[in-house]
Amino acid sequence: MADEAHSAEGGLSFHPLDQFEVHRLFGEGPIHWYTITNVTMWMAIAVVCIVLLLVIGTRKRAVVPSRTQSVAETLYGFVYTMVEDVTGKDGIKYFPYIFTLFIFILISNFLGLLPMSFTTTSHIAVTAILAFAVFFTVTIIGFVKNGAAFLGLFWVSSAPLALRPILAIIEVISYFVRPVSHSIRLAGNLMAGHAVLKVFAGFAQVGFIIAPVAILGVVAIYALEVLVSAIQAYVFTILTCVYLKDALHPSH
Amino acid sequence: MADTAVEHGAEAGGAGMPQLDFSTFPNQIFWLVVTLIVIYFILSRVALPRIGAVLAERQGTITNDIAAAEELKQRAQEAEAAYEKALVDARAEAGKIVDTAKADIQAELDVQLAKADAEIAAQTAESEKAIAEIQAGAADAVKAVAKDTAKEIVAAMGGKADAKAITAAVTARMKG
Amino acid sequence: MEGELAHIGAGLAAIGSGAAAIGVGHVAGNFLAGALRNPSAAAGQTATLFIGIAFAEALGIFSFLVALLLMFAVG
Repeated sequence: MADEAHSAEGGLSFHPLDQFEVHRLFGEGPIHWYTITNVTMWMAIAVVCIVLLLVIGTRKRAVVPSRTQSVAETLYGFVYTMVEDVTGKDGIKYFPYIFTLFIFILISNFLGLLPMSFTTTSHIAVTAILAFAVFFTVTIIGFVKNGAAFLGLFWVSSAPLALRPILAIIEVISYFVRPVSHSIRLAGNLMAGHAVLKVFAGFAQVGFIIAPVAILGVVAIYALEVLVSAIQAYVFTILTCVYLKDALHPSH
Repeated sequence: MADTAVEHGAEAGGAGMPQLDFSTFPNQIFWLVVTLIVIYFILSRVALPRIGAVLAERQGTITNDIAAAEELKQRAQEAEAAYEKALVDARAEAGKIVDTAKADIQAELDVQLAKADAEIAAQTAESEKAIAEIQAGAADAVKAVAKDTAKEIVAAMGGKADAKAITAAVTARMKG
Repeated sequence: MEGELAHIGAGLAAIGSGAAAIGVGHVAGNFLAGALRNPSAAAGQTATLFIGIAFAEALGIFSFLVALLLMFAVG
């Protein structure tokens, strides 16, 4: 089917989704769960970047920070105030967990913007695990902290009594849709952005008049993607905080 | 459907969504979990406590510095107040000293003036006395000369001068 | 034939992305209007702004996903 699409474009070769392919780094054969793939490589690079930024960058513990250290401190302060503002004081103890999610998504998104790179966070499998991890953690915290009172989250006591069962159904559905939208938002944004970049790059093959326009388009979309990368990491994190707040204080 | 599409897409290159290739899911999930655990341990054991400590330390340093600056300012203000007070005291002291000195000088001056007046008075008195003596002396001399002269004149006239009479006559004459 | 219909369906589904754009613009525009009326309260509401944008955008992403599925996974 894709081949038909290519021929229909009249000789242009669009492979906007090639960049998302998972393949073995070494040798041939099927991909097992333990196989070292490009996913492994780019996640390892993300870990290395995080270590460089947050561990090596801060090793001097300077009171007057260096550039790298001040970046690390800004990220720390940003997430810390977010957690504190949204979830309150009792959410602070989940800060390392939230910061892990934030920094992993942020660094993976930015790494994905490097040419020839592989965007781990554009895969539903990855974001779904992230989102379900949040979903289960939050649900478990909710029940452990509040017991059955956590179900009060679905019983909107400020609404008229007759409406409450209907609202409860809607609330339950929206609660279970959370991880789906949470994961698909992140993966979809990155996938869409990268695919659009690739499509514009494909138009650059056409030549003379269209190529410069296409390259300008790539530059513009790239700038947008830098913004989207940061905002999606922020959105994922703040939604995690909001869900956590619901679990800690279910009665709105 | 996605399975077959992608299975075939892997060879064809580009067909099907790699995101829906379920055969790669275990691989991605496994490595994601490994990555997240590694990041979590690095962050919670090393990075976050360190950054938190640095931030707290900086906050502490800033607070201390502000407190120290506040204290120094207070001290400077105290010093200024003390200086002002010292200045005022010194002025008062100086005024007092000046007044005392003036009073002393005045007293001294009065004493000296009085002494000088007394001395002058004494000398004047002495001088007057001396003048009086001299006058008295001069009168006596004149009397003696007059007596002698009168005796001589009387003798020259050929009389015999009675000393007592001449003295009486001269004295009467001089008084007159 | 079926594949071509799937492509048409993908195009129709992609309209949803434009609808999401309208939604996001609505959220951001109303936020700006409110923020200009009461700038002092705006800073505290940026998180709400982003959450609102994220919810509006998620639906657009869903339609984009449907379009992609129709393009590449069906047919």
